Amino acid sequence: MPVKSYITFPQPGKKELLIKILQENKYCEVLPSVNKDIIVLITDTINDEQEEALQRTIETIKEIEHLTLVSGFNDNNPQEHDSINYDNE
Amino acid sequence: MAAAASMIPGILFAKDQYHENLTGDIKWTKGPCRFCGVGCGILVGTQKGKAVAVKGDPACSVNKGLLCVKGYHQIMCTSSADRLTKALVKKNGTYVETSLDEALDLVASKMKETIEKHGKDSVAMYTSGQSTIPEGYVASKLMKGAIGTNNLDCNARLCMASAVTGFLTSFGADEPMGCYSDIEYANVFVLWGNNMAEMHPVLFSRMLDNRLTRKNVRIIDLATRTTRTSKAADKSILFTPQGDLAIANAICYELINNGWVNKDFVEKHTVFNKGKTNIGYGLEDNFSFKDKAEPIDFDQFKEFLEDYRPDKVEAITGVSAKDIKYLASLYGDPNLKVVSFWCMGMNQHTRGTWINNLVYNIHLLTGKISQPGNSPFSLTGQPSACGTAREVGTFTHKLPHGVVMNKKDRELAAKIWKVPYERIPAKPTYHATEMFRAVDRGDIKFIWTQVTNPMVSLPKTNRYRPAMQKDSCFVVVSDVFPTPTSDVADVILPAAWHVEKSGLYGNSERRTQHWEQMVDAPGDAAPDAWMTIEVARRLGYGDLFPYSRENHHEEIYNEYRQFHAGKKHNMAPLEVLKKESGAIWPYIEETGKSTKWRYNSKYDPACDQSKEFDFYGKPNGKAVIWQRPFEPAPEIPDQEYPFWLCTGRVIEHWHTGSMTRRIPVLHQAVPNAYVELHPDDAERMGIRNKEKVKVISRRGVTVLPASINERGMPAKGQVFVPFFDENMLINDTTLDSFCPISKEPDYKKCAVRIEKA
Repeated sequence: MPVKSYITFPQPGKKELLIKILQENKYCEVLPSVNKDIIVLITDTINDEQEEALQRTIETIKEIEHLTLVSGFNDNNPQEHDSINYDNE
Repeated sequence: MAAAASMIPGILFAKDQYHENLTGDIKWTKGPCRFCGVGCGILVGTQKGKAVAVKGDPACSVNKGLLCVKGYHQIMCTSSADRLTKALVKKNGTYVETSLDEALDLVASKMKETIEKHGKDSVAMYTSGQSTIPEGYVASKLMKGAIGTNNLDCNARLCMASAVTGFLTSFGADEPMGCYSDIEYANVFVLWGNNMAEMHPVLFSRMLDNRLTRKNVRIIDLATRTTRTSKAADKSILFTPQGDLAIANAICYELINNGWVNKDFVEKHTVFNKGKTNIGYGLEDNFSFKDKAEPIDFDQFKEFLEDYRPDKVEAITGVSAKDIKYLASLYGDPNLKVVSFWCMGMNQHTRGTWINNLVYNIHLLTGKISQPGNSPFSLTGQPSACGTAREVGTFTHKLPHGVVMNKKDRELAAKIWKVPYERIPAKPTYHATEMFRAVDRGDIKFIWTQVTNPMVSLPKTNRYRPAMQKDSCFVVVSDVFPTPTSDVADVILPAAWHVEKSGLYGNSERRTQHWEQMVDAPGDAAPDAWMTIEVARRLGYGDLFPYSRENHHEEIYNEYRQFHAGKKHNMAPLEVLKKESGAIWPYIEETGKSTKWRYNSKYDPACDQSKEFDFYGKPNGKAVIWQRPFEPAPEIPDQEYPFWLCTGRVIEHWHTGSMTRRIPVLHQAVPNAYVELHPDDAERMGIRNKEKVKVISRRGVTVLPASINERGMPAKGQVFVPFFDENMLINDTTLDSFCPISKEPDYKKCAVRIEKA
């Protein structure tokens, strides 16, 4: 299911705590900057239900001041994929 | 982390957070793209022996760093799980892995045995406009110089042959007189039946850029269906299939009758000819046609055009007189620079040579030719249909310089190849369609295909697929991947892919480009040129093929260059091609310059400098304006088969899809073929989008999902199917008619009916 990456801005003074919270979640990979209060967060879930659950979990983390989605890659089975309709570009 | 770095200057991450393959020690090597005839320059990034990245080469003037979606992803096909890495020999109906040496031994022994039993003309090779220059050259040398048969043709017969005969009949020499730089000078682009936005996307981007940055630039899309090109164009004009012949003549009528002819140019630099008419369609085996040129004069040409007054041709063209006059006014305006672009719409046409002549007529009558921005430009489909098929000459009638029918050309080939002059036969044998008909009849008993997939790309594949399965013909197929063609092979040879070998290609604008091998081929996969050389040696022709494994592509190119020595076609030396992003021939060694505009003495030193224009392909230095009429297509919609079928491509897939369907992102974008219908036709037949329908012709049936109001929209009474999908073989329904002059089949017009599946 989607592999997503985010730039995560912690609440002031909460970077280390936020790193610990995110690292405890098995669907999260955490890459903190060594010189700025920024964390790169990568999430990878197995199905839609897990993805939605993870989103709800992340939304409850008070130590996150701001979360910016950078990229997403959909790992769906190609057989189930519909042709993309370009007509409305 | 890249995004963070771009937004937050000075941000750092711990060293151990960087993955091993992001260390930055990537080596970038230049080359041309593997795919279309634009010939974009690419840089391939390799690391630890693997190709890991592709970017556009900013140093290449063709694309200036831009690529299309296929170009960016091209290297991904090589990691496909079903890649051919071992030779396979069919034994008792099963493919058995064999060493490459043993397989090549078998190929050579079968070839020898067939020649001994049935004669030289019982063996054949079918190569490709995607073969490298060295690959095409050794195939030609083997067949024509060593064995002594003209049974060599290639898939460029299916895409560019009409362009070639158009050039030769109008100018006496092949390939465009202009170059891509015309794009930045032109005011008007008229696209004749080519969906350039998808088929030559990087050039289309240059056109759009020109329109954005300059005033007074227009793009006119003249086509039989609405495509992405139509939507980007300033004006879209739809015409009835085959109507292009009448449109071009009608434009010439307007030019003459409005006094827009450049009389000085026409008088000094052109002559008028007419050829035979009612010339047939090539539907019968052993069809034969020879044209005969008869000189006429301007007044006779003018009188002929009376039948093409715009209001008289509205019915057969489907285009209003107003729109024809509009087109003519663009060509006729001396203050507008006009580029005409075309590709398969005009080439894959039962009167392909004629329609090429007719568009040249327009440019010759107005003198809008061989100058920056004034250019009739025949775009090439494949990456080296120019460089290999046309310039090396991998056609039955061709030699690397000239034609087999010409004694001097045979003498030159014999001298360079060091073979007896008498060995090179003077008579052409089989063009592509006729070659596979000969397989079907049992006249060809051995065929070797390289870098092509005829079991998907030939017209009327349901005749030629069973033909190739007959016991009467031993089939050898060289390819990178298994395909429907390798499925009918007796021997499958694993071929190295693009950057797994060194090579050279020649693109649409006469640019020869070189690349060095960048990674090793897996398993026993080897360059096609090397496998041809090895077979030649096993046949006893080792003395004619003294090339080294490590350096054969350089040795071959240096030998081949001799054929084109001289002002009119000099090829750049290898040291230049290794350094630069290609060079355009004729290459002038004294100045180190490419010739961008031919036949204009201001830009082309090969011209007679006492003339302003010198069409030196013709003995008298004059181009030919041809009188060519409208003649209908061989199979027109009727009550039983009421739709026109047109076939073509989509941007995501290259040709028969053997590479692009193995690239996940491209495959996911367009996972299967479909049949486009006009929404009114679909509604009338009760067909919904994606519903399975049958496309039925007199030849066969293909089942496809319907596509309604998606990417493209055909006109009412027409359908369109892309041919990339080997599981939905639309060529089972197409007709193997061809232009009698070029022998190029028409994939754009036959009659079908549509039924719900």
